Parts: sequence; structure tokens; C-alpha cells
Amino acid sequence: MIVKTMAEYFAEGKQPEILFWVGSAGSYDDRAKKITKAFVKILNKANVQFAVLGTEESSTGDAAKRAGNEFLFQMQAMMNIEVLNGYEVKKIVTCDPHSYNTIQNEYPSLGGKYEVYHHTQFIQQLVKDGRLEIDNETLQSKRVTFHDPCYLGRANKVYESPRDLIRRLGVNLTEMKRNKSTALCCGAGGAQMFKEPEKGDMDINILRTKDALETKPNIIATGCPYCNTMMTDGIKFHEKEDQVLVKDIAELIAEANNL
Amino acid sequence: MQYLPNLLFALALFVGVGFFARNVRKLSRNIKLGKDVDRTDRKSDRWKNMIMIALGQSKMVKRPLSGFLHIIVYVGFIIINIEVLEIVLDGLLGTHRLFQPILGNAFYGFLIGTFEVLALLVLIVVIIFWLRRNASNIKRFLSTEMKGWPKKDGNYILYFEVVLMSLFLTMNATDSAFQEAGIGNVISQFLVPIFDGFSPEKLHLIERSAWWVHILGILIFLNYLYYSKHLHILLAFPNTYFANLNPKGQFSNIEAVTKEVKLMMDPDADPYVMPEEGAEESELEKFGASDVTDLNWVQLLNAYTCTECGRCTSSCPANLTGKKLSPRKIMMDTRDRLEEVGRNIDANNGQFKDDGKQLLNDYISPEELWACTSCNACVEECPVNIDPLSIIMDMRRYLVMEQSAAPQELNMMMTNVENNGAMWQYSQQDRLNWAKED
Repeated sequence: MIVKTMAEYFAEGKQPEILFWVGSAGSYDDRAKKITKAFVKILNKANVQFAVLGTEESSTGDAAKRAGNEFLFQMQAMMNIEVLNGYEVKKIVTCDPHSYNTIQNEYPSLGGKYEVYHHTQFIQQLVKDGRLEIDNETLQSKRVTFHDPCYLGRANKVYESPRDLIRRLGVNLTEMKRNKSTALCCGAGGAQMFKEPEKGDMDINILRTKDALETKPNIIATGCPYCNTMMTDGIKFHEKEDQVLVKDIAELIAEANNL
Repeated sequence: MQYLPNLLFALALFVGVGFFARNVRKLSRNIKLGKDVDRTDRKSDRWKNMIMIALGQSKMVKRPLSGFLHIIVYVGFIIINIEVLEIVLDGLLGTHRLFQPILGNAFYGFLIGTFEVLALLVLIVVIIFWLRRNASNIKRFLSTEMKGWPKKDGNYILYFEVVLMSLFLTMNATDSAFQEAGIGNVISQFLVPIFDGFSPEKLHLIERSAWWVHILGILIFLNYLYYSKHLHILLAFPNTYFANLNPKGQFSNIEAVTKEVKLMMDPDADPYVMPEEGAEESELEKFGASDVTDLNWVQLLNAYTCTECGRCTSSCPANLTGKKLSPRKIMMDTRDRLEEVGRNIDANNGQFKDDGKQLLNDYISPEELWACTSCNACVEECPVNIDPLSIIMDMRRYLVMEQSAAPQELNMMMTNVENNGAMWQYSQQDRLNWAKED
């Protein structure tokens, strides 16, 4: 695994092709770190010159903003923008739809204007450009359903890139009854990830994993570290963790390509 | 004396339209109580939205059954209104079926025939709608916020339509000359036997009565709108025009905060600098919303446009899992409070007198606000592009930035972001540790 920081590129007087925005979950959360590493392996395999900010990266402020703390959000945003602009970053890729949404949509009016890609969009481009081939045999026998992250799907209308990649894996892609624009949230968004849910009949991730289990999948694919946690917990609640795996698309590709 | 009916009609029309105009002014005044937000950009996209979504009903048909039924009533409503034009002119001029000689029998017959078919279809659909609301188990019509007036309101609208359509058909069926001509009486001819053996005078009396009650009913219905969820038949158009065009995930950045943060981060800023002249007089900006006047006018327009169909609530993950939050209730509460503020202003000579109430707590509880996952399902679902999420977010902002009233776990999360740039308590120095692990 080759990971260089922006500071290292800068010291060499070079500019990487992309900046990989790892995000807080991808940096610290044990489950999400596996996604981060899988994506790095894909980038390495495709010979993409990428950099991370490393210790210079900080929370995008998404969770603070959705929790209502606009002040904290803008502080975080402006700090990050200062670092990003200092390195003259043009192109950002991230595995986190929340970072993707915030940097792409909410940073520009604060002075941070970049081309931003979700990792599924970027990988799709690598495949289209012939820089990466996705093995379509290893996972061939698997039944896969895709859970749309709200901040990728409804929030930014990215429905096809993840599905295109899943199809390229040669698997049997089945849709849940609620999918794409009508997909049900996993329950983590809007800073819910960091608090107990309000009183109700059940947790949202239980309902969403029920949707997923109705398709009788071997694998629930996601494109968001928070959805991943929620779906994994939901599968455990339904006591299906032995039969159903929850995986990020980057992990599936890394696995299929034996990276 | 022969002009008495004309005069009475003109008077009814004047009063009906006059009251309506007065209510429209009030409506507009109330909407303007909202804060300014610029929606003058991207005019062609806005027209496109209005034509596709309001005129073309493109989002209604996402739920095929109710969408299809709604289109019948919608098309019926629009087309039958052409007939109302003739009725109004007949009433004012004292003529009878003014358009018949002008348009010629064939075309006039075709038009009236179309109206009659639509009237029958509308009648059938309205009965289905009534059954859906009152005799079936459709969850979104049974929610707690639909108890009382909202349920009655929904039914009153349906009764209005039944009465108006029936009167229209009766009026045609008892119009002997019209039936004898046999043009366009495609539906009403089957009603004629009901009036078999009635004297011509009696028939004429019924015809005149149906005609009068029909047009008076329309004028009453027009004035009912202001008090009803049915305002959507008018406001769906401006609402879709002025709706947010940015990606749904993009939440507004508060400009006043930007100024402060920039000042804080500017190493050259002088913290002791005197505020600019006049600055201390202007009131400190309040962050977020605790009452309707803190919302922007598009959000208030949204509230008046909402027809309480409940598609938002039926797709809300929080509501589906039994939480208190219902996006429809957010919109209904906003309108109820806005109307209360409006009545307060009317009662106090144009000035709002503090009534010790606000949207927050008196209408919408923090529990509802904190249950939202900001997933945008409600915004996506709304057939007329209402945005309940923006109201929820503005109210969260008030809770957090003005009252420091976030749930404890969120306060901890935010403290972590402040201290170590992550939602968890990990050191920023450890951000790249994953790269060294295997």
C-alpha cells in the first residue's frame, strides 16, 4: 500500500492527480478503515498518483452543520479550505458521501472550489479510461443488493455509478423495493450517527435491513462508511450476519481483483 | 325589473371575487412576513419546473393510482372552468348559452359533451377519494395530525366537488332546449328520465336553480380556499417556480456566520476595533428559526401550498419507525402559526403584538426536530416541491446556536470536532495511522 501525503508531494515540488479525502470515519473507524485501504489498493493498482492530507485533514463539518451548529461547520470548512487552497488542490475523491456533498456543494461559497468525486464515480472513470479492469468472475455467483446513501443518491442524484460498478463485478444485482430516489435512509444521516434515536417502534436501520433481506442477498453493497455501520448492525439484529455480508463497493472490487 | 337577475349576479360576482381578492392580499402579506431569499435566478429552469411539476403533474404519477385519479380531477377542474366563463357571461348579460351560436352547434356540442364526460369522471374519482380517506386503511390519512379539522377539510372539498358536478349535470338535464337540440348532452340525457312528467315551468325552475346554486357554489368554493388545504390548486404554480434548484444535499451557509468566522480567522483583524457607525443600532441577527417570521418567504409559501397529502410523512424514515416527526405536520404547524400571527396583526392595527407563543415548542417540539435524518425523502416525495427539511434545519440551528439545546451526545460530538477535528475523541495526529496498519 503506497500512501503519500500532500506535504510530501509539495516537498518534491509535484502535484498529484487527485487528493483522496479520507474523512473522519475512514481515518479512525475500524470498519471504515478497511474501505479506505481497499480504495487505496485500487488506486495503487490503477497507478493513480494520489495524495492524502493526513494529519492536516480535519472534519468537513458536515455532522456539525446537520446538527445545527453552523458556526462550527464554517470554522471547519474554512480551515480545510485554507489547507486545500494552500496546496492548490483541484480534484478531490472521497469514499464518504457526506464529505462529497459538503465539499462539493457547501464549500464553494466559502472559497473552496474543487472538482469532487465519490469513489464510485472515480473508479467508474478509471474503468472507462482503461486504467482499471474489474474481475467479473470471482463474485459471479453472488446476489448483491445496493443500498443508496442519501447524500449520494437523493442529495446529489448519483444513482448509476455504484450500480454500474456492481454490474461489472458480474454479480446478480437485485433492487430493494425502495431504491434510488425512494431509497430508505439507513438512519445515520443528519448527525443521527452520534446520538441515540428518539423514541419509536424500531430503529431505522432495522427497517432498512429488512428491505435488504427481502431481496435474499449474499451481499449488501454500500458506498458510505456510516451506512455500512448501520446496515452491519441491522444484519446483526436480524441474526443474519453469517449469511449476509455488508461491503463497500471498493471492498468488493478489491476482493474480486484479489488486491 | 328585467335586469334584476343581472344585477344580482353582478353583485354576487363582485362580493365573491372581492372577498377572494381581500384574502389573497392577506395571504401575500403573511407570506411576506418571511425573510428575504433570492429566487430570481435561473428563470428558464424555474419555468421548466413549474410546467413539468405543477402543470404537468410529473411528480404526482410517481404513485400511479392516486396520481392517475388526481389527474382526472385536475384536468376536469381546468377544462370545466371554460364553461364557468360562459356561465359568468350569461349571468352578466342575461343571455342563455351565449357560446352556442358563436361557436356553432357542432363545436359547442363537442365542448359541452367533453365537460359532461369530465364531470362524470370527476364525480366517480371524488367518490373513490372519499372512500380512500374514510373507508380504507391508508396510513397517511390516519396520522394524528389528520384528526379534526384537517380530516373535515379534506372531506368538505370532496363534498363541494360532488355538489358542483351534480348541479352542472342537473342544469344541463333540465334545460329542455338543450336536450331537444341533442348536442353535447352525452351524460345529462340519461338524467332526463328523472324529470319525466315535470311541467316546462317546473323544469325551468329547476334548471335556473341549479344554474344559480352552481355558480354561487363556485364563488363560495373560491373563498373557501383561503381557509383550506385546497389552496394548492393555485399555489402549486408559484411554489414549484420558486422552489430550491440546488442539489438537495446543499444546505444554505448562513452569511452572518461567514463574516464572523472570517473575522476570527483573519490574523490581521483588530479585535478591539470599534463597530462601524450604526452597527450597534441594527439588531443582532438571530441564528436559525424559532418562529415563522424567522423563516424565509419561500418556506412560508410552502406552508400555504401544502395540501396535506402526506406523501412526505409516508416516506419519512423517522415516521415509518414510529418517531414523533412527521414532515407534513411541520408544514401544517408552520401554516397554523403563520395564520395565528396574521390574525394577531389584523387584530392589532397592523402590528404584531407579542402573544408569548412561537413555532418552536408551542407547535413543533425539539423531539420532532431531532428525529430527522436529513435524508431528503420528504423533499423528494413532495408533488409540489415543498421543502420541510429546510424548516427542520433552521429550527435545529436556533436550538443549537441560540439555546445550546442540542442532545447531550451531539454536544459531545461537537466538542470533539472543536478540539480534535473529528466526531470522536481521537487525536488529529493519528489521522494517518491507518496507512501504517495492515
